Amino acid sequence: MPLDVLWFAWLRERVGQPRERIETEAATVRELVAELAAMDQWHAAALADLAAVRVAVDQELAELDAPLAGAREVAFFPPMTGG
Amino acid sequence: MAARVQAEPFDIAAELAGFGAGAGAVVTFSGLVRDEGGRLLALEIEHYPGMTEKALQAYGEEAARRFDLADWRILHRHGRLAVGEPIMMVATAARHRGAAFAAAEYLMDWLKSRAPFWKREIGPDGAGAWVEARDEDEKSLARWQG
Repeated sequence: MPLDVLWFAWLRERVGQPRERIETEAATVRELVAELAAMDQWHAAALADLAAVRVAVDQELAELDAPLAGAREVAFFPPMTGG
Repeated sequence: MAARVQAEPFDIAAELAGFGAGAGAVVTFSGLVRDEGGRLLALEIEHYPGMTEKALQAYGEEAARRFDLADWRILHRHGRLAVGEPIMMVATAARHRGAAFAAAEYLMDWLKSRAPFWKREIGPDGAGAWVEARDEDEKSLARWQG
């Protein structure tokens, strides 16, 4: 399925782009992470420490085991620092 | 009952004109850019357009239910903000002050740790480090859960 992958803050800097469209059959966020990390050294660097990474699936915060069926957009970013 | 995300500065007095009329208690909080002892010139705030607006609206509505608010307002800026400029504000209106204060704290705790904003420090030498999330903010949020 086609999926938009978005990157924010230092993950965006490591990957080198704010968003990309990929084709994936990943069933969960965790499977998607493995696919992305295998793409190249920049993606691998962005996803090296998952304890420092937060995920949103279709703009809702999600866990690594969240299913991706029907998802259109997955975003990866560091812990949020608003306020 | 509205959340807004914008790059432009805002005028707190203008935002609050007529807010909470008839409610009894109004609490407002605004956060400004600190200079961190002269180390900072500005903050650069990145956000997730689309998700940010939805998240702020959802947190506002949850606060309204939980604290029986008569009204609420959340405003958060993004982009480059110089030292001393307002970053964000929350306003809550309720029948009594306890609920208004508690709801404002609740909203601040959610904004700090769960709204998709990321701050970066800008010093005299240009872009610096991304601000790291603080454990205390996570603990503050945890007290509202469960």
